[in-house]
Amino acid sequence: MSSADIYREIILDYYRNPRNYGKLPNPDVAQRDSNPLCGDELEMHLNIKENKVVDVKFTGKGCAISQASASMLTELIMGKDFEAVKKLSKEDILDNLGLHDLGPARIKCALLSLKVLKSGLYSYLSEKLKDTASADKIKEEASGLY
Amino acid sequence: MQTSVINIENIRNDFPILKRKVHKDKALVYFDNAATTQKPIQVIDSISHYYLNYNSNIHRAVHELAEEATLAYETTRDKIAKFINVKNREEIVFVRGTTEAINLVAYAWGRQNVNKDDIIVTTEYEHHSNIVPWQLLVKEKGAKLEYIGVDDNGELILDHLDKYLETGKVKLVTFSQMSNVLGTITNSEEIIRRCKKKGVRVLVDGAQSVPHLKVDVQKLDCDFFAFSAHKMLGPTGVGVLWARKELLESMAPFNGGGDMIREVHKYETSWNDLPYKFEAGTPNIADVIGFGAALDYLDKIGMDKVREHEMEITKYALDKMSQIKGIKIYGPMDVAKRGGVISFNLGDIHPHDLATIIDEDGVAIRSGHHCAQVLMERLDVSATSRASFYIYNTKDEVDVFIKSLYRAKELFRI
Repeated sequence: MSSADIYREIILDYYRNPRNYGKLPNPDVAQRDSNPLCGDELEMHLNIKENKVVDVKFTGKGCAISQASASMLTELIMGKDFEAVKKLSKEDILDNLGLHDLGPARIKCALLSLKVLKSGLYSYLSEKLKDTASADKIKEEASGLY
Repeated sequence: MQTSVINIENIRNDFPILKRKVHKDKALVYFDNAATTQKPIQVIDSISHYYLNYNSNIHRAVHELAEEATLAYETTRDKIAKFINVKNREEIVFVRGTTEAINLVAYAWGRQNVNKDDIIVTTEYEHHSNIVPWQLLVKEKGAKLEYIGVDDNGELILDHLDKYLETGKVKLVTFSQMSNVLGTITNSEEIIRRCKKKGVRVLVDGAQSVPHLKVDVQKLDCDFFAFSAHKMLGPTGVGVLWARKELLESMAPFNGGGDMIREVHKYETSWNDLPYKFEAGTPNIADVIGFGAALDYLDKIGMDKVREHEMEITKYALDKMSQIKGIKIYGPMDVAKRGGVISFNLGDIHPHDLATIIDEDGVAIRSGHHCAQVLMERLDVSATSRASFYIYNTKDEVDVFIKSLYRAKELFRI
């Protein structure tokens, strides 16, 4: 897809004015990851109560795609059922961003946020909920993203 | 609009890849030469000529093919000796690249000579390949790694070197002769002079300098010198370690195996002569031969001409880039102090977004941390964009690049 299609007003807006930017004081989920190829960094914090995501924030450094993707993901999961968040797929993220047909190098930028989220949920599921089966499933999904 | 110093049309005709189009119909503007350069047809031909006509293993067999291959392989060693002006051909060791050369020194020399509380000095503008091997070594030995800082002009602060040298604990000072990010040409002779006064060994990383400047290793007077073929028209997978004979003789081998031995018995082995003691196993014969063709090519142009051409292109690009509002250019602005490497950031456009945009116009640049995260920290950025030039680049190509930067600004509404 062409740059004019990628760098639409909405992507630039989320890049320059990220929603839900910051950290939570006592997060139930805190996960950080980076893309070793380009150095993009992302950290996500979530609070989960009664099977709902009640609060979510992120911090990070990186390109417009990775940062807009993270910010839009926080909006997507805020207030959502934990079960629905667990099921989020690659396609959901790309639909949400309106970015399809990204090349192999740039799709990693778009999916870093989902990778961080899934890795965070893995720790939450395995350590706090002791739900090994769900944890293993989500771990596999995270490593299969790219 | 071409530079006057070299015949650019003839040169460009030697590089088949420059004729290809990218993104359907865009002419390729290849400005990622600090990562790897393109290869002239002479290099490609010499490699296929070897495989088509005299492919065989070297040094052992007595048949005609092996003799031809051995001769071609060893001739490259002689060409290198001449190219960087070293006296003894046996001081030239073939490795996979600069990274392996530095690791070889860290392993084979470092393990014997670096002890607890000793200091290795590197610089803030090193490539990871001249940081990580030393981190591994000092960790193992309980030694320390210290850094010569970089000033706001992108040059090394030599007072830092003096401070470390005064401790009397420095075993090795290691630095790149040209920064792969800032393009800064290191004041190598001065650093080496100060080290020699204190009897401290010096390694020079020539990965960025040998392809672009006339390098005279004897004049430099360092102890170890490393560089790679693929950044100077040669193939990937070939590099050179030069070291003083007495050092190579005192060092234990890096890899054990065939070709590096004199006699092997059940429980002990004696080593082959230099440089073979450090060239275990079947080497990268075809690509070493190809590297010979690359050296011939550069020799024919002349390294002084290469440098002159790059200075002209770099000055032209720096002048045009400086006029773009919101651009930040890193490193010295004086082309006498820098090679053909320009790192920059444009407004709040992340380098990966910038590289994506200008790639659409056919312009290939590098974006990211350039394997120099210590320097990125010093510059307080997570990444930069980098354009780097070579003998086949033209001012017209710089114009395409500049136009593309303006388009990126428009897309990002800045």
